[in-house]
Amino acid sequence: MTDTPARVAGEPSTSGSAAPTSPPLVEISGLRKSFGAVHALRGVDLTLADGEVTALLGDNGAGKSTLVRCLTGVHPPDTGQILFRGEPIQLSSPDDARHLGIETVYQTLGLIEDLSVWQNLYLNRELTTGFGPFRVLDKKSMIAESGDILSRLDVNVPNVRATVRRMSGGQRQSIAIARAANWGKTLVIMDEPTAALGVRETAAVEELIRRLRDAAVTVLLISHDMAQVLRVADTAYVLRRGQTAARRTVADATGDELVGLITGAVEGAAHG
Amino acid sequence: MADTQAPGRLGVNLSVAAAARFAAPIGLGLVFIAFFIATPDFLTTSNISDLLVSASILLVLAMGQQLVVTTAGIDLSVGSNLPWSAAVLGYAYTQGWGLPAAVSLALLAGLAVGVMNGLLVARLNMTDFIVTLGSLSVVSGLTLLLTSGNTIPVNSDFLRALAIDGIGPVRWFWVLAFLVAALVGFLLFRTRTGTYLLSTGGNIDAARGAGIHVDRMRLIAYASSGLACGIAAVLFVARTGGSDPSLQTDLLLSSIAAVVLGGSSLFGGKASVLGSLAGALLLQSLINGFTLLGISQYYQPVAVGVVVLGAAFISRFQK
Ligand SMILES: Nc1ncnc2c1ncn2[C@@H]1O[C@H](COP(=O)(O)OP(=O)(O)OP(=O)(O)O)[C@@H](O)[C@H]1O
Ligand SMILES: [Mg+2]
Repeated sequence: MTDTPARVAGEPSTSGSAAPTSPPLVEISGLRKSFGAVHALRGVDLTLADGEVTALLGDNGAGKSTLVRCLTGVHPPDTGQILFRGEPIQLSSPDDARHLGIETVYQTLGLIEDLSVWQNLYLNRELTTGFGPFRVLDKKSMIAESGDILSRLDVNVPNVRATVRRMSGGQRQSIAIARAANWGKTLVIMDEPTAALGVRETAAVEELIRRLRDAAVTVLLISHDMAQVLRVADTAYVLRRGQTAARRTVADATGDELVGLITGAVEGAAHG
Repeated sequence: MADTQAPGRLGVNLSVAAAARFAAPIGLGLVFIAFFIATPDFLTTSNISDLLVSASILLVLAMGQQLVVTTAGIDLSVGSNLPWSAAVLGYAYTQGWGLPAAVSLALLAGLAVGVMNGLLVARLNMTDFIVTLGSLSVVSGLTLLLTSGNTIPVNSDFLRALAIDGIGPVRWFWVLAFLVAALVGFLLFRTRTGTYLLSTGGNIDAARGAGIHVDRMRLIAYASSGLACGIAAVLFVARTGGSDPSLQTDLLLSSIAAVVLGGSSLFGGKASVLGSLAGALLLQSLINGFTLLGISQYYQPVAVGVVVLGAAFISRFQK
């Protein structure tokens, strides 16, 4: 099921601003997902333009994280369609999403506490030496390169050999972000990536998001910070009680308007 | 847990945490000193040699259990899988199928039970505790059906030599047990599969989110434990000269105890092969010393149980 022609081959588009004729990277339509009696998603339509930063907004419980998990193959959606570069895809596991170049910073971060920082950065991407059944973890290279990966994000982790259990909340979040940014080749999804971060670290993440966009990587950013959304996003979607409530071009929107759309004070035509 | 304590108790907790991590080596040292003082027969070359031979069987089982515990599971079927594999060996051998076939069948029989456990736990998402408790019972029944409850003698010169001989003072059993332990250590800490096993036990949702096939990892763990039972069964038959379907249920508790004593978390994600090795040696030394001192056999399970409860108590402080 992963052998759709949508499989990413080589470089995506040549520049950050995709030509209007190229299909969007991801097109979600009519997506629904229930957990028993809880209707988490009740018809979501959302388009991620190739190479853009799209913000996903909504109150607590609006369904943002559920949408992310449907998009990364953790939950199979009940109904609805996901197009990837114009081709319908069915993600049955996060491995499928990774093969499409999609990486995610989950709200729960997805780190293994008892593994070291470098092991987490290389989780399921381990470098090995030797071949066949004699492939052995190449710890040396992974430890060395982990330092580089983190320093690129301005992350302050004194020792990559220490376990994640010993890291502060902000350090953990930075590690999860660094991991996703390092491996995400087409789409990087971040579910409230700066919730636990200090001022300097938040600025570094926003800078990282811009750098990803410059490298033609599409970003889906979930955030409750309107100022941040106005700073880094190109487009914003608002989710309300499991449904797409509005879409705004960020350059034309104000923070107050977005807040109004989230709370429902402002009624938004879905494609305003 | 430690951070909810009053600051004055922090130092105490730290030392208890250290004691928890090194419970097995510390306990092993204490037991050796105690028995050395109590009887001159303990620290003799021949006794230690025999002790290590008995410990080899437990160690092989503990290595299988170690892999399962690493993935936050537990394998209770060990208690009947060992006699079952031994019975298959005895049965095949008395049918005249030859030793190589009989040994292979015993390994396969153990592996089959492990694979069955793994499929039920991983694919059907059944509770590990219930699954392996169920197969503990099913497999012990199968063993009785196969053997009609009788001991099957296995008179094989090769197996006898395996149990008695070695390279110089190094007995074959030690070599085999060492190889199994080295293999498990290599798998856990030097390969990708090991990282995935640790991740599956450490945080199954995060592991799944990273694209790790957690079901496959759990299947591998239970299958390995089954295979370890098969290997242990071959050693067991070699040592006792036959398969007794009613024996050795205490190996189940001991295999889990060795792993817990060794500092691995029953909640998964943490493994220590050296710790489990020390744990297995500790438990076997207890039994050995008690036998030497002529203490009633009935006290052995009491002592083993108390040690396990002590380990469980100490491991409360580990987090
Ligand atoms: N695995 C699950 N089982 C049952 N209900 C769930 C599950 N996951 C999410 N839900 C429910 O779905 C709804 C949407 O949850 P979701 O986590 O997607 O919200 P969110 O928009 O990410 O909120 P927040 O801003 O607080 O992170 C909630 O009512 C939640 O209780
Ligand atoms: Mg959320």
